[in-house]
This record gives sequence, C-alpha cells and structure tokens, in this order.
Amino acid sequence: MSAALLQVRAVTKRFGGLVAVDDASLDVAAGSITGLIGPNGAGKTTLFAVIAGFEAPSAGRVALLGDDITDTPAHVRAQAGIARTFQIVQPFAGLSVLENIRVGAYLRHRHRAAATASAVAVARAVGLDQMLEKPASTLTVAGRKRLELARALATEPKLLLLDEVLAGLNPSEIRDMIPVIRKVRDDGVSILIVEHVMQAVMQLCDVVYVLAQGRMIAHGAPGVVARDTAVIEAYLGHGAAARMQSQQSIAASVPHA
Amino acid sequence: MLKLDILLSAVANGLMTGAVYALIALGLTLVYGVLHIINFANGAMLTTAMYGVLLAHSVAGIDPYVAVFFLTPLFFAFGYAIQRWVIGPASHGDDNNILLVTLGLAIILENALLAIFHSDTRSIDVPYGFSVIEVGTLLLSVPRLIAFAAALAVALLLALVLTGTDTGKAIRAVAKEKTGAMLAGIDVEHIYAVTFGIGAACLAIAACLLMPTFVVNPRTGNAFVLVAFTIVVLGGMGSIAGALVGGLIIGVVESLSGLAFGESLGQIGIFLLFIVVLLVRPTGLFGAKA
Amino acid sequence: MNTTGIFPISAVVFVLAALPFGPLSNTMLNFLSFAMIITLAAQGWNILAGLGGQFSFGHAAFFGTGAYAMAVLQMRFGINPWLAFPIAMIAAGAVGFAIGFLSFRARLRGSYFALVTLAFAEVFRILANTWNFTGGAAGVLVPLKSDPTQMQFGDKRWFFWLALACVTGALFVTHALVRSRLGAHLVAVRENEDAARALGVDALAVKLQAITLSASITGAAGCLYVQKFLYLDANLAYGTWISVEALLAPIVGGLGTVLGPLVGTLVLLGLGETSKTVFAKITGGAVPGIDLVVLGVLLIGCVAIAPRGIMGLVRRRAKA
Repeated sequence: MSAALLQVRAVTKRFGGLVAVDDASLDVAAGSITGLIGPNGAGKTTLFAVIAGFEAPSAGRVALLGDDITDTPAHVRAQAGIARTFQIVQPFAGLSVLENIRVGAYLRHRHRAAATASAVAVARAVGLDQMLEKPASTLTVAGRKRLELARALATEPKLLLLDEVLAGLNPSEIRDMIPVIRKVRDDGVSILIVEHVMQAVMQLCDVVYVLAQGRMIAHGAPGVVARDTAVIEAYLGHGAAARMQSQQSIAASVPHA
Repeated sequence: MLKLDILLSAVANGLMTGAVYALIALGLTLVYGVLHIINFANGAMLTTAMYGVLLAHSVAGIDPYVAVFFLTPLFFAFGYAIQRWVIGPASHGDDNNILLVTLGLAIILENALLAIFHSDTRSIDVPYGFSVIEVGTLLLSVPRLIAFAAALAVALLLALVLTGTDTGKAIRAVAKEKTGAMLAGIDVEHIYAVTFGIGAACLAIAACLLMPTFVVNPRTGNAFVLVAFTIVVLGGMGSIAGALVGGLIIGVVESLSGLAFGESLGQIGIFLLFIVVLLVRPTGLFGAKA
Repeated sequence: MNTTGIFPISAVVFVLAALPFGPLSNTMLNFLSFAMIITLAAQGWNILAGLGGQFSFGHAAFFGTGAYAMAVLQMRFGINPWLAFPIAMIAAGAVGFAIGFLSFRARLRGSYFALVTLAFAEVFRILANTWNFTGGAAGVLVPLKSDPTQMQFGDKRWFFWLALACVTGALFVTHALVRSRLGAHLVAVRENEDAARALGVDALAVKLQAITLSASITGAAGCLYVQKFLYLDANLAYGTWISVEALLAPIVGGLGTVLGPLVGTLVLLGLGETSKTVFAKITGGAVPGIDLVVLGVLLIGCVAIAPRGIMGLVRRRAKA
C-alpha cells in the first residue's frame, strides 16, 4: 500500500501553559474524504492551522507525499498543493467574486486571461457563476462559504482542508453543498474536513478521526467510530455510553406486543 | 571630577525634561489604550496649548501657573468635542482613516497657528524664568523642577482617577472589552470622547509647565510628536506607568546623546531608539503580549 | 476593482501635453511642471498604500534619496544627469527595499508602519543636514547650464514635457500593475493577509516588490525636483511636506485608482493657490499656511464623505 498523501505524526501545540493539541497523528489517504470531528475546543482548528502552516507545532512532524513540510511557510505549502478554507470566512471584501477566485487561480496561471478562465470554471463548479461581478461583501452566508471553497479550489490543490464549511447553513443549503464536496473528491482532490454537522460527516467521509481535549481518541469508518464508547463519552460526558447501552438493552428486552 | 558634574547635570536635566515628555505621552498612551488609535494631532494640539499660554500671558498678563486652571478644562472640552464630532464620525471606525483624520487635524492646527501668529519663534518672560536652586554641586532650574514635580503629580492623579472613580472604571471597562461595556449600559462614544478630552487636558498642563522655559513656533509640536510616540512604544502602548518610565528614559537618552554627539545629531538617538524598539519589540519594554 | 482603461489615460495625457501650445503664462507652466513632480511622488505612494494598503507617512525618505542621489552624482562624480536619473531611482528603490525589509519582516502594519516610515525619513533628514557629503545644512547647488544634454532646458515647456513623460510612464506602470498577477496579490494582501497566504501568496515578497517600485517612482520625482530648482537641502528633500503631499493627492483624487494621484494633485495645488490668492485679497496681505488649512479640511472631508476620492464620485455619477 502506498504512503498516505498527508501524514501528521505526533503533533503537539502549546500556547503558553495550554496544550491545544497533544500528540495527535492522522493520515489522509489519496483520493479519500477524511473527517476530523470532536467536541468544541478539542483543538481541531489548531491542528488544521498546523497542517496548513499557519501555526508551527511545538513538537511532531507534518509530511505531504512523504516530504517533510513541518517548517515550510503557508504560501509554499499552497504551492505544494495544500489549500485551506477558514472556519470564519475571510473573503477579500472589497473585491468582486471573480477577483476573489482569481487570486487563487493566479497560483497556477501567471497570465490574467488564463487565470480568469480558470476562475470562471471553478465558479461554475461551485455554483457561483451567476454572481461573478458581485462584490464579495454582498454575498449571503451560504454564498461566502461557496466563495471560500471556490478560492481554495482555484489553487488546484492535491489536498483540500475544509474547516466547517457547512456551519451556519440551513438544512437545504447543506443538502446542496454535499454533492459539491463529493464532486471535488471525484475530480481527484483529497479532502480533510472538520465538521460539526454529523449527518454530512456520515455521508461524506471514508475515515473519521476524533479529537477530544487535544488527543486523538479514535479513528475508523464513520459507522464504527459513532458507536465507540470513548467517542460517545467525549461528546456526552462520562458514563453516557453506559447509560445509552442500558437504555438500548432495556428497549431490546421489552417484548413486542 | 568636572566630567562627572557635567554628566550628573545632564542626567538631572534629562529627568526633568523627561517628566514633561511623559506628560505629553500620557494622553497619547491613554487614548491608544482605550480607543486603539494613534492621535497624530497630539503635537499640534500641544503647540496650540502653548500659544494659549502665550496669549493669556501677553494679552491678559496671566502667569502660566495660573493659566493652567482654565486652559486645562478648556482643552478637555476641545478634545471631547473633536473626538465626538470630528474624528469619530469622519473615520467610520477604520484604522487608516483615523490616522488620516488626525493627520488632517494636525495640518489644520499647525497652519492655522502659522496663519495667525506667523512663523516667528516666541517666548514669555516670567520673573522666575532663570531662577535656580543648588542641590549639592548641581544647579537646578526652578521652573523645570516645578514641571518635574507637577508632571509626576498629574500621572499619579490620573492613575487614581482611573482606579477610583466611576468614570475611570468605565474608561477601563471600555478599554478592556468594548462590546461588554456597551451591553452593560456604558455610553462608549461618550467614554471615547472623555478619554480624548483627558489626553488634551494633559497637553494643556504640559504646555503651561513648558512655557516658562521653552520657546514656541507653529512647528514646535512636531519635535514632540515622535518623542511622544517613542515613549509610548517604549513604555508599551496603553500603559501609564510605562509612559512615565519611558518619558524619563527618553529625557535622559536625549540629554546624554546631545552631550555626546552635539545638539543637531543628538536628536537622531531618539529616532533610532524608536525604530529599533518598533522593529525588535513593538509591544514595548513593559507591555503585555499583543 | 474598477480599472481605468487605456483610452481615458491616453486622453488625459494628450490634453496635458497640448497645454503648452496654448497661451500659457510662465507662472502657469511652472505650476504645471511642479504639479507633475508632485503627481509622480503621489503615484509612488499610491502603489504601496492604494493597492497594497500599507500607509507610509515617510515617503520623503524615497523622494529625498532620489533627489540627493541625483544632485550628488552630478556634483561629486560628474555623472551626466540622464545617467544619474536611473541610478538615483535605483538608489531610492534600494532604500525602499531596506525599510520595507526591516518593517514588514517585523510585521509592522497600520499605525506602526506609518510611524516607523516617518521616523526613517527624519533620520535621513538629520543625517543629510549634518553630513558634509550631502552639503550639510547649506545644501547642494547644481549649476545652471541651459543644455538639454544636462537635463536643463532653455524653453521651460521641455521640462514640463519631460515631467509629463515620467508621469505617463507611471500611469501605464500602474495600469499594468492593477491588471497583473502581482497587482492581484497586492490587493489580496491589503484586503486580508491570512487569506492571501492560504492561496499561496508570499505576502512579504509582494509587499517588498510594492515598496521597492513605489520608492523608485517617488525617487524619480525627487530627481525631477533637483533638475527644476537646481537646489536641495535636507528640509526640502526629506521634510514632512513631501510625505504629506504624496499621500494627500491620492486620497483626494481616489485611493488605489490609476488617475487618482494626477487628479488629486491638480485639485490640491489648484485649490491651494486659489485659497492663497483669495485670502490675500480679503486680508490685504499674504496669509502663510492658509492653503494647507484648506487642504487639511479637504483631507478630513474626503475621508468622511468620499472614501474613493474624486474618481469615486465620478464613477458613482457615471453609474447613476
């Protein structure tokens, strides 16, 4: 079996006395959608920042296609093929939708015409082609999430890091977005996704990692991880798994009428 | 031993000047700490206050140490009005806009003074202008000693106001957590203007303390602008104790580098210090992490 | 961002170039030549601040370096001004790179960047004022030789056309920059540096290229200044006046727009002269500084009600 596209090995990140990420490892296999879930404050966004090069880890290594990139600055990682979105969307507010996406497209296309063509194609793929000339500041939340995704895709990445692109969307907007993400993977981009919307994680991910209080507590297929005792306790508190099991066994012991 | 005497008197002079520098920087650092803006008009407002002292003395014969009692409230009102009705509304809350608006104010004040008083350098004549007292082997200028003591007293008073009064507590609340303060019913725009007013009042006091020994022309404030910024950066943006210590350090540095390199090149010491502090430690010597 | 097309730029240049063929007084010609020098300085500032969002308060450092290099290369080394001109631009660009390297690497931005550039300009002013090599406080005098090979012209129209040619060059450079990859990166860094880095933009390199280009254009303005007035001292070269003019013009004319610095300079200088004349008539004597009072009010007014300057107002009209 070939090595994973992205390898994170024993990454620790401390802010002063606070340990945000503690000895966490994960792999993203080429062509997969890998999920990273965990309760609020588990350190998911910090781990993302370390992978994208926005924070230097206190310990541990990050490798892309076997090359160590732990000390590589963020913009060089983008050139190497890592693109990220931000949990809190960061549009270039003064620019139009097209200009926003074109900044990403300029990474692989030096010339304006080529970059524009590529940006338009990406806009079409994520469903923004009707609002190319609109100022980014006038987009709805759903529109901004799509713009965030489009800009990252325009850099033509190998690995896409999605930080809660579904947060803040209503159920129908989420339903619209899921096929878009799946299409990105089908086009050959591997994805690491941080997400709170469980329904989406279950539908999209091949593998899920669970981070709690900075530590990686479980990983595996989504269905398996969702039944993991440690995971349930991390989300619902100590003893929750036992209570759920006893409720299930009570339910099972009730004879069907 | 003569060498040591010169050195000691340079340090003493530096400390006395430094205290007034600290007073000028006090307003700047307070405004930065609360409003998070840099007031570029600080120097021009000081010059305006100095001309106020000059006018009071030459027209009405009022002594600078008496003028302080009406110039200070007057400048408080001036600062309050400028923040509330000019800087606040004009800058739409954007940092670069605030820089530009206060720069515009500086240009207006400086050149209005130039238009009214022309570019001549002026001073006032007070009977105690040259009186000195002997401390050991040192001869200390009385008005500058008064300035030193008064500047320290004002800094102490300001610290007491900030910790002991309701307005002071409101100011600190706004500085720490603007949204929270707003939710607690504090009128943030009012507190901003009060803070700016206090900054202006500090300048009026500084002007009254400076005039007995200084000269003034419309550009005088410029010389103080970067000095005051240096102090604020050195002391840590927003720190009152930092401004005080920074002011004293700068006073001594200026005095000593003037001694070492001569008057004109001596100024360079401050700018270089400023650049180095900004480049190496922009949070200041006493500042917390940004 | 709306970009000004080649056509309006060319039209403006042609109109300006034709002016000296009309009945133009000597005073008017001097005014226009001076306006071209200020425009060029402002065009430099506009690239760094208008496109890149880095507000320098010390562009005098670049103007002065260009001017002193031009004067000193001629006087001390006997270099022909036509050759000294590009060398002086490179010198100004190098100073820009050095200041940019120090301040951007230290992650200075906003007010901190404004202050540090101001301080650098002051350091240069004090040095030039004390150093004998630059003529000290007495300044440098370039001897009058009305000879085109010495970049001095008997017919004053030629100087105006030379200055206009430089301004035109800067107009087209800005136009090309706005439409280029570097321009897009620069604007992206202005709008959101973190987002730009995530898209593969090397923010430090982009800002350094911008400040180097910006400084050499403003340095060229310094060169022209020397050739026009044939005299230079530290307060002219490195004084705050030029830093202020260089930033006022683009803000009034339209921050980040191609024609903004030109429009802004003409309005500013025109308004300044008018207010001087008007107030002199009213009070029966020259009122020093009154023109700058008017410009200060204009600056605050522009920030308050016309954030995109005159060009922004024109565009809003055109769209309505």
